[in-house]
Amino acid sequence: MIELEPVIGLEIHVQLATRTKMFCGCEPVFGEDPNTRTCPVCLGLPGALPVINERAVDFGLRLGLALGCELADRSIFHRKNYFYADLPKGYQISQFDEPLCSGGFLDGVRIHRVHLEEDAAKLVHSSASGRIQGADSSVVDFNRGGTPLAEIVTEPDIGSAAQAREWLSLLRTTVKSLGISDVSMEEGSLRCDANISLRPVGETTLGTKTELKNMNSFRFVEKGIEAEIERQRELIQSGGTVVQETLHFDPRSGSLTALRSKEEAHDYRYFPEPDLLPVAVGPEMIKAAQDSLPELPAARASRYEDDFGLTAELAQRLAFNGDLGDLFEATAAIRGAGSDAKLVATWVNGEVSSRVEEGSDQTVEPEALAELLGLLEDDKITTAAARGILDTVIEQGGSPAALVESQGLEKVGGGDELSAAVDAAIASDPEAAAKVAAGEQKALGPLVGLVMKATQGRADGGEVRALIISKLAGS
Amino acid sequence: MSTDITKLSVTETVAAVAAGDISKANLHATWLDRARLDDLNALSWVADRVKLGGEDGPLGGVPLGVKDLFCTEGVPSQSGSKILEGYLPPYTATVVEALTEAGAPLIAKTHQDEFAMGSSNENCAFGPVLNPWDRGRVPGGSSGGSAAAVAAGLVPWALGTDTGGSIRQPAALCGVVGLKPTYGSVSRYGMIAFASSLDQAGPITRTVADAGLLYSQMTGKDPRDATSVEHPDSVEPVVPMDLTGVRLGVPEELTGEGVEPGVREAFEATLDLARSLGATVAPCPLPHAPHALSAYYLIAPAECSSNLARLDGVRFGLRVDPDEGLDGMYGATRAAGFGREVRRRIMLGTYALSSGYYDAYYGRAQRVRTLISQDFDTAFEDFDAIVTPTSPSVAFELGSKTADPLSMYLSDFCTVPMSLAGIPAISIPNGLSDGLPVGFQIAGPAFSENRILGIAAALEDGLKFDGSPAWIA
Ligand SMILES: [Zn+2]
Repeated sequence: MIELEPVIGLEIHVQLATRTKMFCGCEPVFGEDPNTRTCPVCLGLPGALPVINERAVDFGLRLGLALGCELADRSIFHRKNYFYADLPKGYQISQFDEPLCSGGFLDGVRIHRVHLEEDAAKLVHSSASGRIQGADSSVVDFNRGGTPLAEIVTEPDIGSAAQAREWLSLLRTTVKSLGISDVSMEEGSLRCDANISLRPVGETTLGTKTELKNMNSFRFVEKGIEAEIERQRELIQSGGTVVQETLHFDPRSGSLTALRSKEEAHDYRYFPEPDLLPVAVGPEMIKAAQDSLPELPAARASRYEDDFGLTAELAQRLAFNGDLGDLFEATAAIRGAGSDAKLVATWVNGEVSSRVEEGSDQTVEPEALAELLGLLEDDKITTAAARGILDTVIEQGGSPAALVESQGLEKVGGGDELSAAVDAAIASDPEAAAKVAAGEQKALGPLVGLVMKATQGRADGGEVRALIISKLAGS
Repeated sequence: MSTDITKLSVTETVAAVAAGDISKANLHATWLDRARLDDLNALSWVADRVKLGGEDGPLGGVPLGVKDLFCTEGVPSQSGSKILEGYLPPYTATVVEALTEAGAPLIAKTHQDEFAMGSSNENCAFGPVLNPWDRGRVPGGSSGGSAAAVAAGLVPWALGTDTGGSIRQPAALCGVVGLKPTYGSVSRYGMIAFASSLDQAGPITRTVADAGLLYSQMTGKDPRDATSVEHPDSVEPVVPMDLTGVRLGVPEELTGEGVEPGVREAFEATLDLARSLGATVAPCPLPHAPHALSAYYLIAPAECSSNLARLDGVRFGLRVDPDEGLDGMYGATRAAGFGREVRRRIMLGTYALSSGYYDAYYGRAQRVRTLISQDFDTAFEDFDAIVTPTSPSVAFELGSKTADPLSMYLSDFCTVPMSLAGIPAISIPNGLSDGLPVGFQIAGPAFSENRILGIAAALEDGLKFDGSPAWIA
C-alpha cells in the first residue's frame, strides 16, 4: 500500500483589537445587546461610505513585520461580491491581488500573505443545532459586522495535525505579544480554517484539497484535521478520489459534514473598491510599526536558554506558547534568583500544560504555583501530593500551603507514622513479605502500594522501599 | 409694492436679504407657494415649512431643492426607485448638511431616473418628470426633476448629481445652468450611489453666478468620504472673465456626426460670440473620446451592480418574501423593486466583472478611461477650456427612445468623456432650436471651476438667454 503524507495549509482570521471598526467609528464590543454598535456605514445603509481605520493598517504592518513579511508600499482594497444576510452591503471589503503583506516565515512554515478585511455580522439561527439547516428563522446582529480582521494565509508547509496545533499556538503567542488582538478562539477573535490534502510520500505535486472550517479551539483544530486526514486516507486507499469541498467539523460528534456545493459556487467578482484610495505605506508608518515590536517568541526562547539554563527544546516549548511562557516567567520571578528555574519550567511545561486548555481562564496563578513548588522543593510534600494539590488549585483556586494544612497532606517520613504503616503492610501480606525477605525485589510493589494507600500518597516511594527492606532484612 | 422675489436670481436675493429688503419668512413662504404649484411631477416631496439652518450663512436662507438620492434625515430619499419607496434615512448627506448650515435649507426633493440611470427621467418609478418648455417632452436625466423645477421656477436652485451627464444634459434640455464639479471636490457621503468612481454632486441654477455661489459652499474634504479632497482654490464669487486670448478647443470627435442641425447652429453661434469677445477657437483632438461611451457603459454598470447589492430586503426598503428561503427573498424583492433599466445595468455589470471576462471588459474599460484622461491632459497644454454642445439633441418626446436604450445612451455622448476624466464641466443655455433650449458645455482641467465659471459667465452675458417661457404661471 502506498504511504501517504498529509499536506496542510492554514488560513487564520485574527480580529484586531482596534478601538473602532475597520471602516467606521463604531466600537466593537463583545457581548453587548444586539445591534447597539452600529451606524449607517456598518449597516450598509444607502449613501454611507467606508473610511480606512489607520490603526488597523498599523496593526497589519506589525503583524507583517513579526512574520517576516514584505510590506507593500501600496496596497488595494477590493470588493468581494456575494449575497448573504450577514453581509449588509452585498460585498465584503477585503484585499485581493495587492495585499498589505506578502511572503514571510514562522518556525518552518512559509507565510503566503497577510491582508486586512472586515468581519461579517453574526447570524443567529433558530434551529436546535444553531446552524441554518432546519432553522425556521434567523436574526442578524450587526455589532460584530465591520470589525477589522487580519487574514493570514500559510503555504502548505504543515505535515501533521499536531504540528498544525503547535504552529497555531506559536502564531497566537506571536499575535498576542504584539498586543493587536485578544486572540481568543472561544470568543472568535482567532479563527482557523485548514486546507488539507494527501499525497504519496516523495511526491511534490499536491493532491486535491478540502477546506475544513469551524474549528473553534486548539483541541478541535488538531482533532478536526486528524479526522479529515483519516477520512482522506481511507478514501484514497479504498480506491476513491477526494473531491474539492468545504467541510464543517462538528466538535460534539467529531464528524465531518460537507457544506452544500451551491454555497461553494461563488464568483466573487472582485474589483478595486472605488470608495477607497489605495493604502500608501510610508517609511514613517513602517518605522512606527518596527518601534512597537515586542520581544518575539524566538528571541524569548533564546533568553530562556541564556538566563535560566533551560534546554533549547524546553525553552521553545514555553516561549512559543505565550501563556506557559508568561506563567513560567512570573513564577520563577516570585521564587527568586536562588531557586531552581528548571523545576518551574518542567512543571509548567508538563503538569500545568497537560491540565490547562490553551487560552482558558481556568489555570493556576503564578503565586500559587510558586508556593506549591516551594513546598515540593523544601520536601514538605511529595510529588504525588503536589499533583493533587495542583488539580485542586486549578479547579477551585486557593493557597497550596493552606490546603496542605487543612487536609493534612504533609509528607510522612522517618517518624513513627511511617514505621507503623510499614509494619501494618508487612502484617497484612505475609506472603509478599516472605518473598522480599528471600530477596525477590519484584514482591516489593504490593507492599509499597499498601503503604502509599495507608498514607494517602504522602510518603516518599524510595523511603518506603528502603524501610521495608531494612525491616525484613532484620527479621 | 415689494419686489417679486421669484424673479430674482439667488445671488440678487442673497443681497436683498442682507440689505433687509426681503425677510426670510417672506422668502420661504413665497417659495413654498411656488413649490406647491408643481404640475410637472418634478418634486417628490415638499416641506410643510422651511426649517432654518445657518441663519446668517452666506447663502442668505434661500431654500434648496435636492435630488431624491441625497439622504435627508426623516425625509423620503428613494433614488427614484420602488425598492426605496418611502425610505426615511436616519442621517443627512454631508453636502446637504453643509448647505443647510451655509443658509440654504431644504424645501423640496426632486424626482430623478431610478438610481440616476437614465437620460430622460422616464426611468423614475414615480412617473416621468415633464419638461416645462413642452410637457410632451422629457426634461433629460437623471437630475430631470431638479432641472425642470429650477426652469419652471418651482425652486430657486437645486442640487443634482452627475455620473455621465446627469446634471449637464437635463440642464441643457431645460434651459438652465448645470455644473458638474471636479470628482472628489464635493463629498459623496449620503448620496445613494450609482457609480462610485463617477458620481459627483453639483448645482443646477438659473444663472452662472448662482452655480458658483452654491458650489462655493459645497466643496471640502469630508472625513467620511475617503475620495474627497480639499479644493486647492477657494471658489470665488463669479465674475465674467475677459475672454481676450482665452484659448477654446473644439474636439471634432464630440461635435461632428450625430449632433442635430439646430444644436449645431446654436453651437457655432456661441463660438462666434466667443471669438467676438476675444477668445481664440481651434480644433482640439481627443482621439479616444469616441470610445468613452463604451467604457462608461462597462464601468458604471459594473460599479452599480455592486453598489445596489445592499438593496436586498434585509434591513430597509421593500421586502418581498415568497417563503422560499433567503435566495427566494432576494430574487423576489429585487425583481419587484428594480425597474427595467436598473435590472439591465445590474446584469451588464455583473457580467463585466465575472471571472474570465474581467480583463476583457472592466479592465479594458479602465485602460480606455486612462487614455481619455491623458487626451484631456494633452489638450489642456494648448487650451484653457474645451467646448462642445452639451447634448447632441434638444428635449425629445416622451416615449420616443424608451424602446431603444442605445439611442438613449447616445444622449450622454458629449458629457461622458469629462466624467471619465473626473474634470469639471458646466452647461449653460445658449439658445433655442424650434423653441426648445440648447446647451453649451465648457470643460476645464481638474479644479478649474473658477475658470470655467468665469468663461461661462462671460458668454452668458453675451447670450442673454431668456428662460421665462418655461415659468409656471
Ligand atoms: Zn459602524
